[in-house]
Amino acid sequence: MTPDARQIVFENVSKFYGEVLGVNKVSFSLGPGITSLVGPNGSGKTTLMNLLTGLIRPSRGSISVLGLTPQQPIEFFRQVGYCTQFDSFPPGTKGYDFIYWPLRLHGFAHDQAAKLTNEALERAGMAQMARRKVAGYSKGMRQRIRLAQAIAHHPSVLVLDEPLNGLDPMARAESIALFEAIAKQGMHVIISSHILEEVDRISDRVVLMSSGYVVAEGQIREVRREVREHPMQILVRCSNAARLAGAAFELDHVVEAKILDDGRGVLVRTRDAEQFYLLLNKIVSGGLVEVDAVAPADDDVNSIYQYLIGSDGGPA
Amino acid sequence: MSAQDLVARAQKWSKEQPWRLFGSQISILVRNEVRRNLFTRRRIGIYLLAFIPALIILIDDIFGRSSIDPAQIESKTQVLAGIVQLYYFRLGIFFACMAIFTWLFRGEMVERTLHYQFLVPVRREVLVIGKFLAGAIVAIALFETAILACFSLTYSRFGSAGKSYVFDGPGLGQLWSYLLVTALACLGYGSVFLALSLLFKNPIIPGVVIMGWEAIAPIFPSWAQMLSVTFYLKHLCPVSLPITGPLAIFTVVAEPVSPLIAVLGLVCLSIAIVALSCFLIHRVEITYTAE
Repeated sequence: MTPDARQIVFENVSKFYGEVLGVNKVSFSLGPGITSLVGPNGSGKTTLMNLLTGLIRPSRGSISVLGLTPQQPIEFFRQVGYCTQFDSFPPGTKGYDFIYWPLRLHGFAHDQAAKLTNEALERAGMAQMARRKVAGYSKGMRQRIRLAQAIAHHPSVLVLDEPLNGLDPMARAESIALFEAIAKQGMHVIISSHILEEVDRISDRVVLMSSGYVVAEGQIREVRREVREHPMQILVRCSNAARLAGAAFELDHVVEAKILDDGRGVLVRTRDAEQFYLLLNKIVSGGLVEVDAVAPADDDVNSIYQYLIGSDGGPA
Repeated sequence: MSAQDLVARAQKWSKEQPWRLFGSQISILVRNEVRRNLFTRRRIGIYLLAFIPALIILIDDIFGRSSIDPAQIESKTQVLAGIVQLYYFRLGIFFACMAIFTWLFRGEMVERTLHYQFLVPVRREVLVIGKFLAGAIVAIALFETAILACFSLTYSRFGSAGKSYVFDGPGLGQLWSYLLVTALACLGYGSVFLALSLLFKNPIIPGVVIMGWEAIAPIFPSWAQMLSVTFYLKHLCPVSLPITGPLAIFTVVAEPVSPLIAVLGLVCLSIAIVALSCFLIHRVEITYTAE
């Protein structure tokens, strides 16, 4: 199997809607696991997902998903499931039929399609409501029935556009657990979400987008390290905060060392986290300070989003 | 059998027997589309288009019982021919096909549901063929029933004379011809409107242009006439209308061709236009906000 046959590859992809830019010169390669697309409204996240699934064609560049393109729909859509943001359904459809008939189009016989439909409904927590018309569903139910349809045929690539929208906290937690379980099976899960805390918790990597461009891409910590103009924040919970703050100030790369209000820790801002950790090791091994906990304070998606995109655009 | 086994088995089957997969997909698409298009309250306008002549004949039957002289069978046959050729072929089937076939894709764009059709492992050509067949079944079922109703109501009022005209005279042959021409009209207009819906966001204006073309085509050379649906239909109509003056343009047959050529010609024209739709569907993108 070639490397491309396990990857989702965008090569110099641009999409223009007439004069309007959708995405521009996007190149990246994604492996299995959970990838989050993050960016403000209009940054190009949905365009990227629609390009990936062939709902729109790139103006320039090429896209391949596990070595396949949407021009090979039979092989391609066996591997790909897409839960779109379009909150619309064929008129009069019942939840069960909404999943069953696409499975029949996959080539499953009646009993096989019925089995997979029931399994998908169970996984999405929609088994009880399946015989009701979708028109009578709440927003959360509609979201979950779309999710059920996207996962019903056991795709290797699951693309989810704002999949947590409209879900109550319980359903949200269940959906996240489902995404994590799917990713653990070695599948690709691509999520766009504006709930950055949840994205941060579940993502293996992020793609940050702004105005149609990919501004950063990779594992969250790697991306954070790349953002050099914003010093890294490290929170140290310790017994002798003043001594640690004093020692930290002696280092050139430390730009701020702030003792916490309760006096039981220091928030350090440094341009070289590795050097600071070395200093911390020395201090701890010298017995000068007892450290309870050390944690980076701003290597989450939220901080990276603020640093790279700013708050002007607002969350997507 | 686990879900993964089911998936693997279905993949293997579709690889080994792609034509059976296409056939099964077409039958599923047709079944779902027919259910959506035929049995819905939104189609009341099309039912009216189809059954208004039958309704008028029925009212005439009820309130005009005095005119059941068997000598009038010939004149009623001319009236029926006028209804079929001037109303059904020029207006009724034309507008009904416009509504049915343009809605197959354009309607799904308006309802924002077309992406569901594009996200399943179905070739877009198969989708076009499935939808076209579904539209054809709906249109043919509706208009053949309507023409059958018009025919029955026209001759039933004459009692045994009418029965004799139908079963011992030319009546039954005329009925078969009308049913054949109706089916061909549905296929011809259907293919044209399916292609228009994939070419234009609003197919109404091009539809009016097509209507104009169908009306004036007889004044053009015969090779140009072959690009109109009514050119083939006129050759298959069993009763010629004695119309003179400007309206004769709708019925005149400039260069007669054999019925077989007319049938094959229209079928070939329809297939060519559906093939064009199969090509056009690849250009369609899901951009609902632009609709």
